[in-house]
Amino acid sequence: MGLGFLVVALLGFPFMDRNNSHVDFLANAGAFVLLALGLNIVVGFAGLLDLGYAAFFAIGSYSYAMLASQQFGIHVPFWLMLLVAPVVAALFGLLLGAPTLRLRGDYLAIVTLGFGEIVPQTFLNLAQYTNGPNGISSLDQPSLFGHPFGFSATPYYYVLLGLIAIGILAARNLQNSRLGRAWMAIREDELAARHMGINTTTTKLAAFALGASFSGLAGVAYAAKLDLVSPDQFGFNVSVLVLSMLVLGGMGNIWGVIVGSFVLSFVNSFLLPQSTTLAHAAGLNLDFTNYRFMLYGVILVSMMLFRPEGLIPSRQRAAELHDVAAAPESA
Amino acid sequence: MDVFLQQVVNGLSLGGIYALIALGYTMVYGIIELINFAHGDVYTLGTFFSLAILTGLGVSGEVHGPALVGVVVVTLLASMLLCGITGVLIERLAYRRLRNAPRLAPLITAIGMSFILENVMQLWRGPSPIPFPDVIPNPSFNLGVVSINVKQIGVVLLAIALMAALQFFIYRTKLGKAMRATAQDRDAAQLMGIDINTTIALTFLIGSALAGAAGFVSGVYYGTTWFFNGFEAGLKAFTAAVLGGIGNVAGAMLGGFLIGLIEAIATQYIPGGAQWSNVVVFSVLVLVLIFRPSGLLGESLPEKV
Repeated sequence: MGLGFLVVALLGFPFMDRNNSHVDFLANAGAFVLLALGLNIVVGFAGLLDLGYAAFFAIGSYSYAMLASQQFGIHVPFWLMLLVAPVVAALFGLLLGAPTLRLRGDYLAIVTLGFGEIVPQTFLNLAQYTNGPNGISSLDQPSLFGHPFGFSATPYYYVLLGLIAIGILAARNLQNSRLGRAWMAIREDELAARHMGINTTTTKLAAFALGASFSGLAGVAYAAKLDLVSPDQFGFNVSVLVLSMLVLGGMGNIWGVIVGSFVLSFVNSFLLPQSTTLAHAAGLNLDFTNYRFMLYGVILVSMMLFRPEGLIPSRQRAAELHDVAAAPESA
Repeated sequence: MDVFLQQVVNGLSLGGIYALIALGYTMVYGIIELINFAHGDVYTLGTFFSLAILTGLGVSGEVHGPALVGVVVVTLLASMLLCGITGVLIERLAYRRLRNAPRLAPLITAIGMSFILENVMQLWRGPSPIPFPDVIPNPSFNLGVVSINVKQIGVVLLAIALMAALQFFIYRTKLGKAMRATAQDRDAAQLMGIDINTTIALTFLIGSALAGAAGFVSGVYYGTTWFFNGFEAGLKAFTAAVLGGIGNVAGAMLGGFLIGLIEAIATQYIPGGAQWSNVVVFSVLVLVLIFRPSGLLGESLPEKV
C-alpha cells in the first residue's frame, strides 16, 4: 500500500513538479541509489569492505563514452550498453577479485583502495584514447522509438527509476537466494562458513562481480545524462560518499541504503548550498559546501561509534554488530 | 649508470620519509590490528604544525649557525609532540570504543577520521599547496658519479636515528616490553598487570610522533605542503609497512627505503615517468599481498579463531 503510493508519486513527480532542476537532482540521486545498492551487495551482504567502488563506476561510464561517441566512431545504442556495461564492470570485478579475495578483510580494503586509485589514473594517463584530463564529451544521446532524449532530465529520471526497480528486485532475490545466505554466512564467520561447505572464493567473487555490475549500469546512465566523462569524477571521495550512504542508512538493508543514499544526495545538492545562500543572506561569510567531506567523516565515525547498524537497520546485521561488541574480547 | 645511482640516492631520501610514516602504521597494526587510515593525515598535519611553529618563530628563510640547530630541534620536537597528542586523541575518541567491535567498524571509523582531518586542514590553510620556508642551507656534495645534498643526508640520518631509538625503546625498556606483550596477547598482558589502555595510547603517541617528524622533514625536503598530501604518502607508507612485514619495526624501515627506491627508479625508467609511479607502487602492494602477505621480514601467523 505504502509502496504503491510511493511508486505512483515517483512516476508522477515530473508532471507535478515542473521545476526541471528538481527532476535533474532526482535523476542524479538515482544514479547514486544504484551505486549504493551495488556496494551494499559487497559490503552489506558479503561483509567485504570495498574502498575502490568508484573504479567500477568509472569503468561503466568510460565504456559508454568509448563505445557510444565520436571518440572511436563506434555508436553502440544506449539500451544495448545497459546490457554491455554491467558485464564489462563485472568482468573487472572478477579481475580485481580473483587474486585478492583470499586476503583478510582489512588487506582487501586497502587493495581495493589501490585499485580505485589506479583506474582513474589510468584513464587520465592514456590520453591518446581518453583525452586525459579533458575527458570524453559529446556522447551519443539515447533515444526511444526514434525520439531522442534531448537535454531534459526527465527521460533519464524514468530510465533510472526503472533501473532502480530492477536493482531492488535483483538485490532482494539475491539476498534470499542460496548465494545470499552464503554471503551472510561468510560475513558472520568466514571460517565457519568454509567448514559448512561454502566455496568462499567463488561466493565472494560473485559478490564482487554482481556489485560491480550495478555500478556499470549507473555509469552508463550517469555518463549519458551528463554527456561527459572525465577522470576526476571517480576519485576516492566518491567511493567514500557511497560508503557513507550505506553506513548512514544501514548496511545490509536494501531500503536503508536507498534512504541513506537519498538523504546524502539531498544534503549535498540542496541542504549545503541552500544553507550557504541563507548564511550569505544573513551576512555571514560561511560556505557550508566546504564542509562536505567533514560531513562524510563525521557520519562514518559517529555512526560506527553510536549506531553501527545505521538509521534503518537490517535486524540481523544489528544483532551481529551489537553481539560482537558485547562479547568478551577473545571471541 | 650515473643516472641510476643518482636515482638510488633520491630514492633513499624519499624512502626515509616513507619509512618514518610506515613505522606508525606498523606499530598500530601490530598492537590493535587496525589499518589506521588517518595516519597519513597525521603526517600532513605534521607539516602544517611545523609550518605554524616556524611562522611563530619568525623564520621565513635560511637560518645559519647555532640558530639553525635551535630552530630545527625546536620545530622537530614540537611537531612530534603535537602530532603525538593528536594521535592519542584520535585513539581515545574514535578507536577505543570499537576495540572489540567487528573489524569493519574501526576500519570505517579510521576512514572517517582521515576525512575529518583532511577537511580540518583544508579549512585551516585553504585548498591550494602552501610553500614551506627553505630553512636549511642546502649545499650539494659531488661524489664523482652522484651528487648528494645536505637535506638528503639529513633525511636518511634522522630516519635511521629515530628508528634506532625506537628499537631501543621497544626491546630494552619496560614500557617497550609492555607494548610487545600487549601486541602478543592482550588478555594475558592485562592479567600480568599491564595497563592496556595506557600501552595502546603510548603506541599511538610514538607512532604519531614519528609521523610528525616525517612531516617536518618532508616540508623542508619538498619545500611545499598540501592538505591532501597524506592520502598518497599514507598509502605508499602503508605499502612499505606491508612489504617489510606488518607489525615488524625493522621491516617498516626496510620497506620504506625499498618503496622510495622503486618509486624513484620507476619515475626515471618508465616512459611517461612520474604519472605512473603511483600505479607501480600500488601494483607492488597487490603483488606482495598476494604472494607474500607476511612481507619480507614478517612471520606468517595462523588465522585466529
